[in-house]
Amino acid sequence: MDDLESIKDDALALIESSDSLAQLDDVRVKFLGKKGLISGQMKTLGKLSAQERPSAGSKINEVRDCVTDALEAKRSALEVEAETQDLMRDSVDVTMPGRPQKIGGLHPVTRTLSRLNRLFASMGYAVATGPEIEDDWHNFEALNIPSHHPARAMHDTFYFDDGRVLRTHTSPVQIRTMVSEEPPIRIVAPGRVYRCDSDLTHTPMFHQIEGLVVDKDISFSDLKGTIITFLNRFFEADLDVRFRPSYFPFTEPSAEVDVQCVMCEGSGCRVCSHTGWLEVMGCGMVHPKVFEHTGVDTAVYTGFAFGMGIERLAMLRYGIGDLRLFYENDLQFLNQFHG
Amino acid sequence: MKASISWLKSLCPTELSVDEIVSCLTMAGLEVDGVETAAKSFTHVVVGEVISASPHADADKLKVCEVSDGVAIHQVVCGAANARPGMKVPFARVGAVLGDDFKVQRANIRGVESSGMLCGADELGLSDERVGLMELPDSTPTGADFMEILALPDDLIEVDLTPNRGDCLSITGLARELSVLSQTPVQSVSCDSIDPGSSQTHDVNLHAPEGCPRYVGRVIENIDVTRPTPLWMTERLRRSGIRSIDAVVDITNYVMIELGQPMHAFDREQLVGAVDVRMARNGEELVLLDGKKLTLTEDVLVIADQEAPLALAGIMGGERSGISEKTTTVFLESAYFNPITVAGKARRFGLHTDASARFERGVDWRLAERASERATNLILEICGGTPGPVVVTDDDHAMPKTQTVELSHSRIEQQLRISLPSASVQQMLGALGFDVETVDAGFRCVVPSWRFDISIEQDLIEEIARIYGYNNLPISLPAQALGMASISEAETPVMRLKHYLVDQDIQEVITYSFVDPEIQAILGDGTAGVRLANPIASNLAEMRRSLMPGLVEAVRHNVNRQAPRVRLFETGQCFIPQIDELDQSERIGVAIYGQSTPLHFSIDRLVDFFDLKGILNGLSMINGGGELIWSPSEHQSFASGQTASVSLDGEVLGIVGRLHPKLARQLDLPKPLFLADLKLDPLLRGQVTAFKAISRYPKVVRDLAIVVDDMVKWQQIVDAVATLSDDRIQSVELFDVYRGPGVPDGRQSLALSVSLQDPHGTLDDQAIQELVDQIVCVLRKNADAELRG
Ligand SMILES: [Zn+2]
Repeated sequence: MDDLESIKDDALALIESSDSLAQLDDVRVKFLGKKGLISGQMKTLGKLSAQERPSAGSKINEVRDCVTDALEAKRSALEVEAETQDLMRDSVDVTMPGRPQKIGGLHPVTRTLSRLNRLFASMGYAVATGPEIEDDWHNFEALNIPSHHPARAMHDTFYFDDGRVLRTHTSPVQIRTMVSEEPPIRIVAPGRVYRCDSDLTHTPMFHQIEGLVVDKDISFSDLKGTIITFLNRFFEADLDVRFRPSYFPFTEPSAEVDVQCVMCEGSGCRVCSHTGWLEVMGCGMVHPKVFEHTGVDTAVYTGFAFGMGIERLAMLRYGIGDLRLFYENDLQFLNQFHG
Repeated sequence: MKASISWLKSLCPTELSVDEIVSCLTMAGLEVDGVETAAKSFTHVVVGEVISASPHADADKLKVCEVSDGVAIHQVVCGAANARPGMKVPFARVGAVLGDDFKVQRANIRGVESSGMLCGADELGLSDERVGLMELPDSTPTGADFMEILALPDDLIEVDLTPNRGDCLSITGLARELSVLSQTPVQSVSCDSIDPGSSQTHDVNLHAPEGCPRYVGRVIENIDVTRPTPLWMTERLRRSGIRSIDAVVDITNYVMIELGQPMHAFDREQLVGAVDVRMARNGEELVLLDGKKLTLTEDVLVIADQEAPLALAGIMGGERSGISEKTTTVFLESAYFNPITVAGKARRFGLHTDASARFERGVDWRLAERASERATNLILEICGGTPGPVVVTDDDHAMPKTQTVELSHSRIEQQLRISLPSASVQQMLGALGFDVETVDAGFRCVVPSWRFDISIEQDLIEEIARIYGYNNLPISLPAQALGMASISEAETPVMRLKHYLVDQDIQEVITYSFVDPEIQAILGDGTAGVRLANPIASNLAEMRRSLMPGLVEAVRHNVNRQAPRVRLFETGQCFIPQIDELDQSERIGVAIYGQSTPLHFSIDRLVDFFDLKGILNGLSMINGGGELIWSPSEHQSFASGQTASVSLDGEVLGIVGRLHPKLARQLDLPKPLFLADLKLDPLLRGQVTAFKAISRYPKVVRDLAIVVDDMVKWQQIVDAVATLSDDRIQSVELFDVYRGPGVPDGRQSLALSVSLQDPHGTLDDQAIQELVDQIVCVLRKNADAELRG
């Protein structure tokens, strides 16, 4: 039995001194393997008498359990240590740059348009679109701008040889909508428009959004309320708004809309030419001639329309000073607007 | 329209300040664009008379003058060439201040005392030109305060008139508006008729009464054109932006500004026979007053004598019959020309004159006679002469007719949400010149002859709103029936695609819809685009057929500015000519260039075809529709072998590929540029999900390595497996491609990962093996594939 005790001591000592999982496994095989020393002890039981056997057997089992526990304990300790070392090896400089995950951005015009669409959608407006190469009827005639009309000269129109034009405003979409749909109508029509003009404050292509409401009993007060609400929501500020009589062939009465300067809050600055006001849009009650051209019954319906330049709104909103930046597509400019 | 406030107040004597007038007019729809002073401020300037002018002993260019200021004689040294005895000239006394800070002091100029200064118009801020001393008419009283003589101070306003308000292109018109707005009675200009001093007349024939239904002519003999225009008149003209020419022309211009009637004076001696107002004959020529020679067409109205055209009706007079120093008899024209006849002609000939601006918008058709009398009055006063009788030649049928427009109370209330007493409506419209009569439901209004913009009830509504004040009208929101919009689930909003691309680190751009035809030809398919008739520049002359030209240009712009990595997209209409129509549908374009990722120590490679393909495949998944099908394609401007045609559900969407390196180098793009241009609509049209039962049984994955010919496309492998149409084969994915040792030359090894799953039960080993065998078999048959050992 001394033998058994010394086997146990040897085993525990070897377990204690193991410093790798492989070494520990060797120890396991040496003592607990099929041909191991402890297993060998079991075989000696046969030589003992029936009385001695149970107590000798339980002693051997005790030793085996003790060695097994020690092995397990050592194994976990070694595993923890190994993992810790692995992690040490894998440690990084957390201050180094992350794997690059950038995002692009929407063009400020798209961003502004999308916001306008959402604002008007919340008031029940649907989005309508139309072709950019238009015929004379949709772009001019139906909008009460006959060929000799002085307003044509103000449009600086791009022409094609077949007499078609690049639409000079988004108003043709009004016409298309009124021709194809029955009132009540409530739409906004955003899109590209074109004028044959290019200088510091004009680009030959720009964007407008057009609004049209046709229903029974629509009044000029409804127009005023809609515009005032819209401008306050768009600029997210409680701004003064004023309406000045103006002239558009397709509306009567017509108005130009000024909003209190968002740069100086009305005290006067370079942006508002020291007037405290910014001209932001045109609007008016749909001209009966336009209704006649599009088959809307003027005895039943009235309506209003409004239109504004998107770049102008974006410039005021973001404080952009130069219109031409919109079409240079320089990433240094575009990157400033997020998705 | 530039207007002097003092002139305006002479006809509408309101107490309002300049700022108040500006605000009043602007808020009534006559937008005042700017205000400036009529002259610099100055003090102690009087009318001086030069008594003598003698050379300065020590300076060639200087003169020593004796100047009377009505009180005393002052010695003044002066450098102006036109200084001479007897002339009247503005004289700044010692102590005068010109402008903000120029003080006139006693001085010693090369040994001669000088007390005061003789002034040029520029020194008083009356002109931008330096033309010596300002010569005043001899009749100007010596010693009079110069500010008073010039009716200074005065302010000038620039009114930016909308095209419907031609009636305000005169001081009288503006005064009429201001009178209504300020409730000040208006003073009308006196246009007393003048008794003829002779019976001289000149025959006029109206051959084109539609264009000119009324022509008022008058002959004035024995005039002296050399008499100077009085200072008050040249000053008023100057403040209206008009230069003084000679007395007769000045007077016609003055009457135009004052009353709004453009007039013309012919030298009667130059007229050959009767005056015909007729359409030009094709090819007829006319030399204008400014020396420009025009070749006319038969849609142009002219004033002609029996020899040739004399003037472009309502636009500009001709050289031959213009007033000269020798003119002694004038034939004065005051006519009504139809706006439509004049419209566009000035523009066609590049002549924007004060007359055409007025006739195009409409000139008061009852004004011609009064204007003729007013001009005659002024001519007699300034140039003398003997007037003949006023001769009106007209065609009643072609004259505009008096318009009557009805206005109902209910319309005012419905449109403006205000209820006005009848008396207020009558007062407002009456003050604007309407003859208003009340009828049952409202009013019957006779439109004044100067308003060309009033023909329907809404026009009157605007007048009421304007005078009442737009900003005083109530505010409301439209009443809306509570409907619900229809929102298609199958259709993806384009913004969703844009957000996806933005999230792939791609920046949206917006490029011009017109592009350089040369670049378009290079990037196109050989067919022509739509050309603009009047492009703004030759490199912006053709409508884009794809988004590629714009994207390439935008990439170049940024690469030129040292961007190492450029990833752009755009959506928008493109214009593709079809057999008998024009396809204007929207497209989506993507361009990627440079490093595959932003700079990082862990990754370093340039973008390749599969980057763009991956992005586009992702894009096509958003709408839940079918998969994009990629087939090898060729294009003159793309690298062979890195170009594909892309289709969806059998419809070709467009082309994707690498810009040919040779072309890229020409465009200064040293690194590979990958471009895509696809139809947008099919990418937005999807399907609402139809749920399929999910399998509860385990999925098995088997890897296969096959060897196929180099020329075999991956799509063939996918298609071959698809022919088995066995729903237990869930997917076949490619996870490795290998060429090299162990694989014969001209062949490639493809590693496939096959996912198998039976929706109805667990796949046993035998079933799995059978499926794998079937796959291997079909690949062998369709793609000459062999299993790699
Ligand atoms: Zn401001």
